[in-house]
Amino acid sequence: MDKRIPNLATAVAGIPDGATVMIGGFGGSGAPIELIHALIDRYLATGSPKGLTIINNNAGNGHVGIAALIEQGMVRKMVCSFPRSADPRVFTEKYLAGEIELELVPQGTLAERIRAGGAGIPAFYTPTSYGTDLARGKPVAEFDGRPYVQERWLKADFALIKAETGDHYGNLTYRMAARNFSPLMAMAAARTIAQVTQAVAPGGIDPEHVVTPGIFVSSIVEVANPAQEEVLNRADAHYPKVTA
Amino acid sequence: MTPKLTNAQIAWRAAQDIADGAYVNLGIGFPEMVARFQPPGRQAIFHTENGILGFGGAPEPGAEDWDLINAGKKAVTLKPGTAFFHHADSFAMVRGGHLDVAILGAYQVAQNGDLANWSTGPKGVPAVGGAMDLVHGAKRVAVITDHVTKDGKPKLVQSCTLPLTGVGCVTRVYTSLAVVDVQDGRFVLREKLPAISLDDLQAVTGARLHLDGAVGDLVVPEL
Repeated sequence: MDKRIPNLATAVAGIPDGATVMIGGFGGSGAPIELIHALIDRYLATGSPKGLTIINNNAGNGHVGIAALIEQGMVRKMVCSFPRSADPRVFTEKYLAGEIELELVPQGTLAERIRAGGAGIPAFYTPTSYGTDLARGKPVAEFDGRPYVQERWLKADFALIKAETGDHYGNLTYRMAARNFSPLMAMAAARTIAQVTQAVAPGGIDPEHVVTPGIFVSSIVEVANPAQEEVLNRADAHYPKVTA
Repeated sequence: MTPKLTNAQIAWRAAQDIADGAYVNLGIGFPEMVARFQPPGRQAIFHTENGILGFGGAPEPGAEDWDLINAGKKAVTLKPGTAFFHHADSFAMVRGGHLDVAILGAYQVAQNGDLANWSTGPKGVPAVGGAMDLVHGAKRVAVITDHVTKDGKPKLVQSCTLPLTGVGCVTRVYTSLAVVDVQDGRFVLREKLPAISLDDLQAVTGARLHLDGAVGDLVVPEL
């Protein structure tokens, strides 16, 4: 068994129009920039994929990564907790123009819905959002005298995540707070594609240190020096590059 | 002009109630300032929703590692004993009753503890982040805020008119004028600035301030 994919283009080749795609990252930490940009390259070359539903904590920042995906018009709907950032104008303009749909989910509920999706739990109850606008229309039940809101699992066709080290079986470790949603998304997607900074042979990761076991990962592609979204944005980067 | 505490002084006062060894989440923005005023000899352990426990302060400019950020997406630093975890574990810490205190900002707090701090209405792009999660589970949910809005309207009110973040969740409010507890559906005044009279304080408060024993002096150092 070897889950390595030779290049980014091959890694994202199977994502169809209309797919639901979870993308790891919280702000720039953990954002799989190269996988997202490979998806944009494919769209620019072939017109596909489009009409995507993207699940991420945010809705892009600046003009790279998810913001660039939105800017190209590839995204039909965002599912996120905080569609604002230092420079959220790409999403904001499309949202205010009615060109993109938004499902706003409290951050912890978003995480737990994804976890539930990966764990085979179709619904759960949480105190979060009880009595607020975001609980409207959702079933409420009382347990031990307190009211809770029913939330449904969240699954995806694909997850695109960034990890630090991955072995050929897909076992993954992460770098610091770049971990955030990725271990949950890896569980909740039918196919999970991880870009890893370093690919190693089995045995290259101490089993005690594995964060995402390979059973949750379909393929890995090595990106040795991954771009950091925050660094790109501070340099006012655009993807694809704006030609003068 | 009525005297009032600066934001730093409000944060200082809130920090005095954090015990040694407490696990604490500070909301993004103004509440992050509370970390600067830990009393000597006490060490709180700070939690950030994106998955770090026990992080340190901001790095020197230029030394940022953008994989090491807090929920406000500001760079932080490692300290001996820092732990990383994924988002589901992070919010298990929040909702599961493991945090000792969460300190948040507010647009409005109602006398029954309802909090409005995520939305000022239907205009623009709505964004909630972890606000609705943080108000559930922490043993204490405290608010730090100016006593009134920028145009002088009370932020402590009978019932919130802005969209709610959570119902009956706030236990204490530290304002620029007073320290107020939420108890049995009413505001109980614990401390006030010595320079403001009870009547003047009541006049800028949107719900009745109840007394339960002596009202302490809210005394804060120059910062």
